[in-house]
Amino acid sequence: MKKIAVVGQCTTKFSLDDVRIEDLLRSASTDVINKSKNMSQNDIDVVLVSTNENKKYLASVVSEMTGINPRISHSVESLCNSGTNTIVSAYSYIQSGLADIALVVGAERFDSPGQVLEWDLTRGEFKHPIFWASMFAKSHKRNFGTSDEHLAYVSAKNHKHAKDNPNAYSAKQYSVEDVINSKKLTDDLRLLDCSRSCTGSSAIILASEDKAKKITDSPVWITGIGQKTTSASFTKNNLLTLESTVQAASQAYEMSGVKAPMVDVAEIHDAFSVCELMVLEDLGFVKKGQAGDYVIDHYNTNNRKINPRGGLIGSGHPLGATGIAQVSEIVSQLQGNAGKRQIDSPKVGLVHNMSAAATSSTVLVMQN
Amino acid sequence: MSQFESELKKGNFFVGECTKCKRTNWPPSDSCNKCFGDLVWRKVREPGILIEYSSKDGKMFGIVEFEDQVKVMGSLSNSRHLEPGQKIRIRGCGFDDAPRFQFEAE
Repeated sequence: MKKIAVVGQCTTKFSLDDVRIEDLLRSASTDVINKSKNMSQNDIDVVLVSTNENKKYLASVVSEMTGINPRISHSVESLCNSGTNTIVSAYSYIQSGLADIALVVGAERFDSPGQVLEWDLTRGEFKHPIFWASMFAKSHKRNFGTSDEHLAYVSAKNHKHAKDNPNAYSAKQYSVEDVINSKKLTDDLRLLDCSRSCTGSSAIILASEDKAKKITDSPVWITGIGQKTTSASFTKNNLLTLESTVQAASQAYEMSGVKAPMVDVAEIHDAFSVCELMVLEDLGFVKKGQAGDYVIDHYNTNNRKINPRGGLIGSGHPLGATGIAQVSEIVSQLQGNAGKRQIDSPKVGLVHNMSAAATSSTVLVMQN
Repeated sequence: MSQFESELKKGNFFVGECTKCKRTNWPPSDSCNKCFGDLVWRKVREPGILIEYSSKDGKMFGIVEFEDQVKVMGSLSNSRHLEPGQKIRIRGCGFDDAPRFQFEAE
């Protein structure tokens, strides 16, 4: 296998602004190209766009707006994990020898059509994500004694982290009590247990080893990739285990030779607070049922290992940009460029991104 | 409109059974997702089993499983003392912009 690295990254300010998807994509693309030294538009072989927006040939549009004439350009859509799916596609083009340098850019608007699934008939009339998340939350509470307070700590922690992320859509901090006292959406989840769909974009540059070393002194290597889709319908899930995450993690660990305890920093897909608990368990960071106490400990000790940029709950969730923004954060952490969010000398980072009520997951292992 | 949806519209919760491998096909589609065989449509077998539930604004909803594999979300009535594993009956179903299922504890 060839070595392939991220050699440039940027994320725009997340907001609730009404901005055209084309402008969001252009903004992140020009920023990442400007920041990448020793490289120009002419060097880019591949332009891939990640979004759920119902628009045509956006990768060609972005290429035209940014003066790139790529060999390969197209969109990738896979709901909330469109971002990491796009990165894996670009990685594969480079790995195959079809390309050396790829621009991967993702964007979404606050009113994304990717928020509600029309296909999944097994959800009946309960189409909104809050309903599947409530099933997971209730089941976690019932089987592991997880409390509303455990869930609230996830949100309080991630909002606390997001305060030091200038690109988060809100810098507002919330206490555990604020979360518990926020609007009760169902018996098992509150408003502040949820991530918020928003407007934003993020971009990275991927490069083969030779090119990477010419472009930057601090490449961050993608050393493990795992992906799994178990179905397209929520009720196929086991409510206590995110099977797609377990399988994706197993693949990524095997490919990289990294084990869960070796991970220094991780961005994981906290679409809802309960998702962070389940993902921590299914990535093997903690045993089943212990994630709630793990998060409380991280909150109380200001440990930023999990979701240092604030995750989806703290930063906002522009669906097509999220996976790329997660990778962008881990790259910054492994380069030592994460500012106030920087954790101490990380060597191994992990990104977990999932979609469609956890029926699809991607896990990436990254090393400096 | 699919057979599944048109039967729901008539108040019938039907599932497809493969004429070739005899498996019940779920989630619904127009051919068997294992062997691609043709389907015959029949009523789902009751009772179902409650897998999990919650509530929103005082209205209960949950996942019910029929025939050890057909899991679906619906609203739950007659449900003061719900517990996973409880036997569940179909009280009604329909289809407008989405399937609608009303369940009740046996």
